[in-house]
Amino acid sequence: MPFDMFNVSAFKTALLVVLAAGLTTGCATQTKPYDYTAFKESRPASILVLPPINNSPDVAATYSLFSQVTYPLAESGYYVFPVTLVDETFRQNGLHNPPEMHEVSLKKLREIFGADSALYINIKQYGTSYVVVTSESRVTAEARLIDLRSEQVLWTGSATASSAEGRNSSGGLVGMLVQAIVSQILESSMNQSHQIAGITSSRLLSADMPNGILFGPYSPKYKTDGNARP
Amino acid sequence: MKRFSLTRMAAGFAIGGAVLLSGCASTHQTLYYWGDYQHQVYGHFAKEKSPEEQIAKLEAGLEKARASGKRVPPGYNAHLGILFALSEHADQMLKYFEAEKKLYPESTAYIDFLLRKFENDKKGAGNAI
Repeated sequence: MPFDMFNVSAFKTALLVVLAAGLTTGCATQTKPYDYTAFKESRPASILVLPPINNSPDVAATYSLFSQVTYPLAESGYYVFPVTLVDETFRQNGLHNPPEMHEVSLKKLREIFGADSALYINIKQYGTSYVVVTSESRVTAEARLIDLRSEQVLWTGSATASSAEGRNSSGGLVGMLVQAIVSQILESSMNQSHQIAGITSSRLLSADMPNGILFGPYSPKYKTDGNARP
Repeated sequence: MKRFSLTRMAAGFAIGGAVLLSGCASTHQTLYYWGDYQHQVYGHFAKEKSPEEQIAKLEAGLEKARASGKRVPPGYNAHLGILFALSEHADQMLKYFEAEKKLYPESTAYIDFLLRKFENDKKGAGNAI
């Protein structure tokens, strides 16, 4: 029993310290403040998310991620155009692949959707790789928010999530904990990558992430974030 | 005694892990009643769920949203609209498109565009959307 060497309460204290350290480093790594000048000038209220371009070998990636983008953006305070309807509109106009959809002019998008901004997502990684005894599901994506009125880039970001998170993290203990939880989640699900894509989406598109998008008009935190001193 | 403590520690692990996973999201009330929305949308894209199945789930969700006092999220009513369009219930489609517009005026231009297209297609013989 490895635990025998610890007095239980000392162990718990140590555990708390390690967890707190993990949380602190997780949230507070903000090296350089993001420049939100353009974002603050634009203050979009609505976001048209285009079906993501998939650069991974898994054909399921686009719609796995696309079906999970509304939650973080809407909860951050934006009107998000209905993803199923948006996809159907492109298809009815003869565009069947995300790369073609991403080529549509900003002017045309503004005309049809009346959106303040458009969000372009590229999926860099999506899927499960098997390495010797373990498997890892990883989803990585980049996003670019463009103002459809001024045609300016308002924000760019990227995020990744993995089922193997923490497996090799320093400290080891935190890693073990996270791994246990993630494995538990995954065991209950047939579709590992889809679950991980949900985490990636939240990290990429939630306003309360470091260097993330700003809160939108429907959020009570609207205009409270993005580097107090502009 | 020891077994009991280990169980409690395991519970501690679980909570700690959950906190870590959720990252920085502190205890936070959602703005909207989400119910099964994104799950149904995924089923729709993956063609794993029929329009009828989605309609049943999402209309039940509307009731729960009302009871919870929260709004349904952007796109919820519009998705119901497209589901009724697919099952050729134009009246229900219109009802939900109007509901999306009423709840979220940001959608007005787009929904009006779709409705104009719908009217035009009715004159010809095209698709509903």
